[in-house]
Amino acid sequence: MKNKSKFLYLSPIIIYAIVLILFPILYILFLSFQTNDNYGGIIYSLTLNNYIKIFDIVYLRVLFKSASIAFITIVICILISYPFCIFISEKKTNVQKILITLVMVPFLTNSLIRTYGWIVLLRKEGVFNSILQALNICDGPISFMYNNLGVFIGLVYTLLPFMILPVYSSVSKIDKKVLEASKDLGANAYHTFTKVILPQTLPGIFNGSLMVFIPAIGMFFIADLLGGGKIMLVGNLIKNQFLVSRNWPFGAAISIFLIVITFLLVKLYKKTGGNMDDLGGF
Amino acid sequence: MQRHRHLKNLFIFLVFLFLYLPIITLIVFSFNTSPLNILFEGFTLEWYGKLFSNTTLLEALKNTIIVSVVSTVISTFIGTLAAIGLQKYNFVGKNFINKLLYVPVVIPEIVLGISLLSVYTLLKLNLGLGTLIVSHIAFSIPFVIISVRTVLNSTNLQIEEAAHDLGANDFKTLTNVIIPEIMPGIVSGATLAFTLSLDDVIISYFTAGPGSNTLPLQIYAMIKTGITPDVNALTTLMILVIMTVLIISSLIQVRKMKKEYAR
Repeated sequence: MKNKSKFLYLSPIIIYAIVLILFPILYILFLSFQTNDNYGGIIYSLTLNNYIKIFDIVYLRVLFKSASIAFITIVICILISYPFCIFISEKKTNVQKILITLVMVPFLTNSLIRTYGWIVLLRKEGVFNSILQALNICDGPISFMYNNLGVFIGLVYTLLPFMILPVYSSVSKIDKKVLEASKDLGANAYHTFTKVILPQTLPGIFNGSLMVFIPAIGMFFIADLLGGGKIMLVGNLIKNQFLVSRNWPFGAAISIFLIVITFLLVKLYKKTGGNMDDLGGF
Repeated sequence: MQRHRHLKNLFIFLVFLFLYLPIITLIVFSFNTSPLNILFEGFTLEWYGKLFSNTTLLEALKNTIIVSVVSTVISTFIGTLAAIGLQKYNFVGKNFINKLLYVPVVIPEIVLGISLLSVYTLLKLNLGLGTLIVSHIAFSIPFVIISVRTVLNSTNLQIEEAAHDLGANDFKTLTNVIIPEIMPGIVSGATLAFTLSLDDVIISYFTAGPGSNTLPLQIYAMIKTGITPDVNALTTLMILVIMTVLIISSLIQVRKMKKEYAR
């Protein structure tokens, strides 16, 4: 009897974990050692060529550019979220709850639809340029998109809540009495910030950075739509290997490379005291 | 603390403006007489009428709803059972399974997308609604487990023993004791699964086939060939539905809190 219910509780999840997580990743690992036959097929072999190819200067450049874009996105997200969360945490508890819910609401509509909203605003004959021209502020249209600026706007916009939520949860945990104590003991605003507030919120910032970085290297549709195909993220590179050049083994090798980087980052996150469930909780 | 209050409020306002700007834009333009989405020329409901004769868009909407609802129901069921089972029982390899469950949460979506695509191709499965639903289940389950587990950890499981001692069988204990106790976790897990499914672009992009376009995929294709204003109308309607659901659910919560407070 006991064994029967144990089986009922656990068999679906074990099957799921093996069939839909473990097997696909092992298969990608297997693919990454094969050779592409130039027609989208696979020649069975055991080669490291796909991994060596990642270190080709052309692809290294894409990796480096994508990582820099993700890094700058993180910095902009922190610069917006941090003061935002501190200002919000000074409000009444009820107001705080409403404001944080309002942060989440736009994210209940699809990210692609919101990206389309940005296109309407940013393009050459879009809302921003029409307003600027109607007010005679500038002569020609300004290029807000199809360049780095467009990609940054899209990435920061889409990933901002992933920074706001963990930062807010760490900021709101700071005991107001500690801040008063720091003031009473003679610390000025700068010292209170660097010695009291910042150390307590660092885990939140690190959690947010991880949650921004990982999607930021993969969001190919933002680079496609707002960067006009000129900007390649690692996501675009993988997508192209699978759907355009049809070199699946090379695409698989880049994916394994990403998995390894992700695991190293998560290890670092856990080492610095991060909780795994915080990465999936909203 | 009260210094610079106006400046702080201005900053908060600007961040919200940034977050809502694209959505407000789409809503405003859904009522615009000019089909070009450039400047607002006049008020019309024309695009809402056109929407109901746009079969491609409606088909995509139907696919989106089917995929989200079916994948949410299945992943909530499996995820809830798993969260309870993983807490109740020990078995060989439990640690490994627990680790595997974090994989979809942390790896980039595109990697999960192409791995699933590769497996479907290996198994010679036709890409379509079926593969889409399986893929959405694949990325939703871990989030349901995390949500349910959070509540489960703060629940007193002695009531389960009490129910057993009082003669309830396993099934009765589950449906009458455990499930009501962890309902908040199940609801938030299901909401999360549904939202993630509605929002997904990347995994759907790789695992949908011809004829199983979801709304985001349809809009992605349309942005490249030219988008029609009825998309704005559809987006506005969807935002309205989501806002209504959100307001109703928060009203229910407020009422519940008041009731508990009155006790």
